[in-house]
Amino acid sequence: MASTQEIQAGLAEILEEVAGVTPADATPEKSFTEDLDVDSLSMVEIATAVEDKFGVAIPDDQLANIKTVGDAISFIESNQG
Amino acid sequence: MSPSTTDVVVTGLGATTPLGGDVAGTWDALLAGRSGVSRITEEWVQEFPAQLVARLATDPAEQIDRVRARRLDRSQQVAVVAAEQAWAESGVAGSGVAPERIAVVFGTGIGGALTLLGQDDVLEQKGPKRVSPFTIPMLMPNGPAAAVGLAVGAKGGVHAPVSACASGAEAIRWGLDLLRFDRADVVLVGGAEACVHPLPMAGFAAMRAMSTRNDEPERASRPFDKGRDGFVLGEGAAALVLERADSAAARGARVHARLAGAGATADGYDLVAPHPEGEGAGRAIAAALRDAGLSPTDIGHVNAHATSTPVGDTAEAAAIRSSLGEHVLVTATKSQTGHLLGAAGALESVFTILALREQVVPATANLDDPDDDAAVQALDIVRREPRKAQLTAAVNDSFGFGGHNIALVFTTA
Repeated sequence: MASTQEIQAGLAEILEEVAGVTPADATPEKSFTEDLDVDSLSMVEIATAVEDKFGVAIPDDQLANIKTVGDAISFIESNQG
Repeated sequence: MSPSTTDVVVTGLGATTPLGGDVAGTWDALLAGRSGVSRITEEWVQEFPAQLVARLATDPAEQIDRVRARRLDRSQQVAVVAAEQAWAESGVAGSGVAPERIAVVFGTGIGGALTLLGQDDVLEQKGPKRVSPFTIPMLMPNGPAAAVGLAVGAKGGVHAPVSACASGAEAIRWGLDLLRFDRADVVLVGGAEACVHPLPMAGFAAMRAMSTRNDEPERASRPFDKGRDGFVLGEGAAALVLERADSAAARGARVHARLAGAGATADGYDLVAPHPEGEGAGRAIAAALRDAGLSPTDIGHVNAHATSTPVGDTAEAAAIRSSLGEHVLVTATKSQTGHLLGAAGALESVFTILALREQVVPATANLDDPDDDAAVQALDIVRREPRKAQLTAAVNDSFGFGGHNIALVFTTA
C-alpha cells in the first residue's frame, strides 16, 4: 500500500512523463485541464500509467469525475490493494 | 486580378533530410557530393533483399520539445521541423498577417506508418486497452499538415494532398492555386515522410523497386546509370512559404524565387508502372510551361524525379526530351538523398530554387555510365561535379504510384 505522499510523488512522475508537468506543480488542488493543461487524450494515457504503477484501474466513468490531482490521489488511495 | 496572373513568390525554405538537419547543411552536402545512404544494421534486415536506407542526418525528436514529440509520429515531427524553419525564415510571424489568411498544404505518401505498425504490435502483444489514445491523430495522413497548421497557428485551411511520391509537389501546386484564387495571403506548403520500417521495406522490395546494391550503399542510388537497380528509401521533410509578390514586397521579405506555374496530369495507363514514353509526365511539363507563360527554350534546368528504377528514369528522360528539348541541364538529386517519397517533390523544389538562386546545378552522383536509352543519351545530365550556369527558369518533376504527374516551374526572383 502506497502512502498518500508516495501516490502524489508517483502521480507527479507520470504527469511529467506524459504531459511535461513540472513535478512541483502537481499539487492536490490543481485541475488537470484548467491548471496543468492536460487534455482528454493525455488523461487516458495517465490512467494507463496509473494502472501500471499502482495496480489501480480507473474505469472510464470514474475517469470523467477525476478533475484534480487530489481527486486522482483519493481514487488511487481508496482503490489500491 | 485574374488567377493566372497572380505573381507568387517563395519567401521561406526549410528541410530536414538525410544530408542535413536544415536547408544550408543539406545544400552544402549535396554540392559536396556526399551521400545520405547507409546499410541498415538492425537484425530484422538480414532476410531482406534490399538493405539500404537514407536516414535523417538529425533526429527530429531532438529538435523539438520532448512532450510535443511523443504525441507526433515521426512523419509529423519532420514536417514540423522543416515547416518551422521555413516559417522563421519567412518572417511572416509577427508581420500582421491574420491567422485566417494563413493556410497550410502538406503532403505525405504514406503518413504515420511507424505509429500504425508500432501500435499494431502493441495491440497484438498487450491488447486493445494498451493502444495509445494518440494512435489515430498520429497515423492519419493529414497528420503532418495538421501538426504544421497548429505549429504556425494557421486558420485559413489545412490541406493534405496524398498522391504517393508526387504528394510534396502536389502540395506546392495546391498552394499556388490557393493564392491565385485569393483563398489565403500566405501558404506554408511541403511534404513529409518517415516510414523506415520492415513492412514498407518489404513491400517496396516485393515490387522489385528497391536497389539491392547492399555492399555499396553510397553507390546504390544511380539515376540514369546503366547499372541502376532501384531506389533507396529515404526519410525527411521540406517546406516552402508561398505568398503573393506584392504582399511579400510590402513587408520587405526576402524572395528566393518565383513559383511561376504548375501542371498536373494522370497517366491513365497503369497503377504503378509509368507510361514507357512518359506521355503523362511530358504533358505535365508542357502544362506547367503554359501556366507559367514560358516556352521550352526559357527553361535552363530540370530537377528530375528520377528515382534510379530501370523503367522510371528512361520514361522521364523521354518526357523531358519531348517537352523541353535537349538543352536543359538535368540533375537527379535522389542519387544522394535517396527517395523521400511524399517529401521528394518538396525537397527537390527547394533544390530547384537554390539552383536558380545560386546559379549552379548539383551533380547526379553515381552516373558513371549513362543508360543506352536514346533520350538519356541525348540529355545533358550534370554529373561528376556541380555545374555553374546562367539560369532564369527551371522545372521540378514529381511522379507517384497511381500515375500522378506534377511539374512545377520556378523562375529567378
